Amino acid sequence: MNLSNRKFIVGLIFLVVGILFIARLFTIQVLNDKYKLDSDSNVLREITQYPARGLIYDRKGELLVYNEAAYDLMLIPKQVKAVDTTALCSLLGIEIEEFREKFSKAKKYSRYKASTFLKEISSISYANIQEQLFRYPGFFVQTRTLRKYPRNSAAHILGYIGEVNQKTVEENSYYKSGDYIGKSGLEYSYEDLLRGTRGVKRVLVDVHNREKGSYLDGDSDTMAVTGTIIRTTLDIVLQEYGELLMQNKKGSIVAIEPKTGEILALVSAPSYDPNMLVGRAVKKNYPILSKDTLNPLFNRATMAAYPPGSTFKTIQALIGMQDGVITENSGFTCIRSMVGCHPHPSARDVSESIKMSCNPYYTQLFKRIIQQGKAKSIYKDSEIGLGIWAKQVQKFGLGQTLTTDFPGVKSGVIPGVNFYNRWYGEGRWAFSTIRSLDIGQGEILVVPLQMANLAAIMSNRGYYYTPHFIKHIDKTDQIPEKFTVKNFVGIDKQYFTPIVNGMERVVNESGGTARRARLKNIVVCGKTGTAQNPHGEDHSIFIASAPKDDPKIAIAVYVENAGFGGTWAAPIASLMMEQYLTDSISTKNIRKEKRILEANLLNVKAKK
Amino acid sequence: MRDYKSIFSNIDWTIILLYLSLVFIGWINIYAAVYNEDHHSIFDITQRYGKQLMWIGLALLIAFAILLMDSQFFTAFAIPIYGLVLLSLLGVLVFGVKINGATSWFQFGSIKIQPSEFAKFATSLALAKYLSAIDINMKDIKTKVMAAIIIGLPAVFILLQNDTGSTLVYAAFIFVLYREGLSGNILLFGILAIIVFVLTLIFGPIAIILTATFTYIVIYTISKYHLKTMLIATSIFSILVYLLFHYKLNETIIYYGIGGSLFFLIAYLITKKEMKDKGVHYMSVLIFVLTCSFIFSIDFAFNKVLKEHQRTRITVLLGEEDKLIEQIEDLKVKRDTEGISKEEKQEYRDNIGEKRYSLRELRQGNGWNIKQSLIAIGSGGFTGKGFLEGTQTKFNFVPEQSTDFIFCTIGEEWGFIGTFVLMLIYIALFLRLLFLAERQRSIFSRVYGYAVASILFFHFLINIGMTIGLAPVIGIPLPFISYGGSSLWSFTILLFIFIKLDSERLLVLR
Ligand SMILES: [Zn+2]
Repeated sequence: MNLSNRKFIVGLIFLVVGILFIARLFTIQVLNDKYKLDSDSNVLREITQYPARGLIYDRKGELLVYNEAAYDLMLIPKQVKAVDTTALCSLLGIEIEEFREKFSKAKKYSRYKASTFLKEISSISYANIQEQLFRYPGFFVQTRTLRKYPRNSAAHILGYIGEVNQKTVEENSYYKSGDYIGKSGLEYSYEDLLRGTRGVKRVLVDVHNREKGSYLDGDSDTMAVTGTIIRTTLDIVLQEYGELLMQNKKGSIVAIEPKTGEILALVSAPSYDPNMLVGRAVKKNYPILSKDTLNPLFNRATMAAYPPGSTFKTIQALIGMQDGVITENSGFTCIRSMVGCHPHPSARDVSESIKMSCNPYYTQLFKRIIQQGKAKSIYKDSEIGLGIWAKQVQKFGLGQTLTTDFPGVKSGVIPGVNFYNRWYGEGRWAFSTIRSLDIGQGEILVVPLQMANLAAIMSNRGYYYTPHFIKHIDKTDQIPEKFTVKNFVGIDKQYFTPIVNGMERVVNESGGTARRARLKNIVVCGKTGTAQNPHGEDHSIFIASAPKDDPKIAIAVYVENAGFGGTWAAPIASLMMEQYLTDSISTKNIRKEKRILEANLLNVKAKK
Repeated sequence: MRDYKSIFSNIDWTIILLYLSLVFIGWINIYAAVYNEDHHSIFDITQRYGKQLMWIGLALLIAFAILLMDSQFFTAFAIPIYGLVLLSLLGVLVFGVKINGATSWFQFGSIKIQPSEFAKFATSLALAKYLSAIDINMKDIKTKVMAAIIIGLPAVFILLQNDTGSTLVYAAFIFVLYREGLSGNILLFGILAIIVFVLTLIFGPIAIILTATFTYIVIYTISKYHLKTMLIATSIFSILVYLLFHYKLNETIIYYGIGGSLFFLIAYLITKKEMKDKGVHYMSVLIFVLTCSFIFSIDFAFNKVLKEHQRTRITVLLGEEDKLIEQIEDLKVKRDTEGISKEEKQEYRDNIGEKRYSLRELRQGNGWNIKQSLIAIGSGGFTGKGFLEGTQTKFNFVPEQSTDFIFCTIGEEWGFIGTFVLMLIYIALFLRLLFLAERQRSIFSRVYGYAVASILFFHFLINIGMTIGLAPVIGIPLPFISYGGSSLWSFTILLFIFIKLDSERLLVLR
């Protein structure tokens, strides 16, 4: 047998298979139309199932944020067949120009991926469009939700959501272009909880834009998981009352429950209606708000740094006693040549110094704190003294960012050794250079949140819980651990007694600086302050807590350009405390309330 | 004597041209298959198309290097290369990483190497070396056994890696052995074995038993002299099936295994006796009766013994989807009829659940893939949808678009014109390789040439067969076209060693 002939057999097999394949290909590609039809009805559409964002409640269960359905018209450019543009435009109620612009924008984004063509169609036009949509392959409607704020308040706290930016899309795989994300406030802090989990529904759509059923029988679909409900520490009634009191004023109010660190109210004035920054309205309203000279988008309560003024004397006295440079019975003469003061008898002890808020008393005390004779050179001595002092002050949560659950909180400034070395040069400054720190002026800066926390520290006699907004996270029974830890400020509890007593006398004794903050049957402890303002009228400051022996609320009030602390800040604080503690305003205080409500301090600029 | 000029003047440029055109077709279709709008440059090396270009560049370097080598090297080192590859095949079982269920990759940092790809040319070299020895005769049983071992060892190792597709390729050597003198019957069996194997994967064990039976009858009627051989061979098929499904061992298969064996035993006993005195006709009738009764028993088992989803697997390719949907709708109507008992209602409900499960299995499993692949290719029509215009592949209906199912993209975007041209290129390549193999003076070169042609043909057969619904879904690359460095390089090495051997054919003394 000639084996060489076998090449024909092998060659024949190869050839037969090749011809068989060609025949088969000819059948399925040319003779048979079925596959062409299948392919047309085989357009896969991914419909994102947007989860409802988590609801937000106040501490008493009042609803603060909920969701409302919105409809977006989506577009996949590749699937668009010849379209009657005019008809479509009139259906959508847009100009042809706008249509073309949007279409090319979508095409630029992607030819194969869906992008939003028209946002937030009204429910009425949604019904119309839905009916006509089969005429327009490539277009479909996507349901989404919008945030709604039934109380029209607490805008700064709640924050707003907006479309995710490109950077986030690139960094976080969860987000896709066009998704919404918390941009500020609690919407930002609790984004991970509130957003829920997106689901995807895959449906097959034919050339006529009709759904032909779910892809893989729905097995590849994922369900959207609704965002987690969170309850905040906010008391919305108190918040709204605070916003009311601060109308026509610039400044802020922060109220904290001292025993827990829960923020009861955080008012920044002027504010805005949170519903202004929802959905399509953002485009119109955001520029208006950001151009407003009163800066309503700026959260003064957490971001505006002011000097603490005389409220800082409470800390100075505590450090003085802790360092042993004074006792609670130490008195200093009111030497007005040393630093300005108002007429009053000299303070005979710490408590009286707080009550009278005597400036020379604190200049002399501060000198003892800074210059403790630990080095021969007064420069070196001051440096050592200031270094220790700055560390002590920082323990009060000042000069550092409180690690709260709120974005954008500023740290303020507690100037230390490095600060002055940079400023004046090492060994070139001593007590006399930095003495304006004594009464909370000069380079020292705090934000109102820190001041409210200071009020809480005083009422707790030596510790604080980091102020926070989270009260309860749905389906869990705990809040982050950092909010349940007592932070001690490093001052023995006994030293707080004369301070708190002094603060009581500030409000309740004749000759106290904040008589306007008195409440019937409730012992209020407070301390006034005035922040020097080189640009205009001084800022009015008041910190307080009540009741004295069982503190339920600690508060800080800043009113910009309102002058002395006792005049405006103190009555506002007392009204807030009364509202919170008694759920009402006594008839006796109605006049006080009226005075506040009627006051317009927005245009006070010039120094008297 | 071996200057560059002589090397390149003796090269078969037809083959090179066919090779280059396939590589180029592969590259642009990979681009279309995994086209990423954000990286639209075909040279973007973060994408598969950019990477493939790098693999192609390296493949050309390898090809060039092979052409510069001395062809004596391959004859001299055939056995050591083979040994080395066997070692690496064993090594990958121990040190390899698992991808898609197969432990067939070595990973060095970000580079992955698949030794089974390189086993193809090594086995070809070893077989060529063995069969070109002076005292070899294909008629000897020793030669057959040795050849079977050379081919079988790598095949078994690859099977152990759980890579069925690559294992199957070793069946291609049957053509080589046939050319070197193996009995034509065995080639016939080989072809039947492939058909049976394929049908088994598609239809399950029933089909193979049926096929085996009919094969038996056919062969018997053709040649009554080899009855015994036929019987043994058909029995081996049954056992083969049993082994194939061994890992899915269930009662049904054992049932068929035993039933089938019994059948053949009876058939053998009867025919053995009949052979001596009576004629062929009588026995054929008997076998026919037995076969029919056997089919009935299979049918009975199929509908009563098999579970719903097992039935589904068998009927995947038979257009059962619409039937199932119809049945579900039917059952739904029955379920919702007034006045049926609670038990009946529950029964209908269970039934619907079962059918739904089958439907899902049908849609998600290989049935779905084949269907989508067919739609992609079929919807290409005569002229295709155009470059980058394929919707089936763009919207991810087709799996493994750039590797095993790359032919879908070609079919969808280039239409019948494209697939026809591709078929012609492949057929031309195979026939040219056969022609070149036949003109060799040395047996070594001829055997190797046949091996190259057979291996490439086999890949072509299974891959294209799969995408057009003529073969089951077996993951195996389309030579020179599918994405992937390992496969491209291994095919390049395979081919270029032969080109080198061919270019020096005149130097070999007869
Ligand atoms: Zn004084």
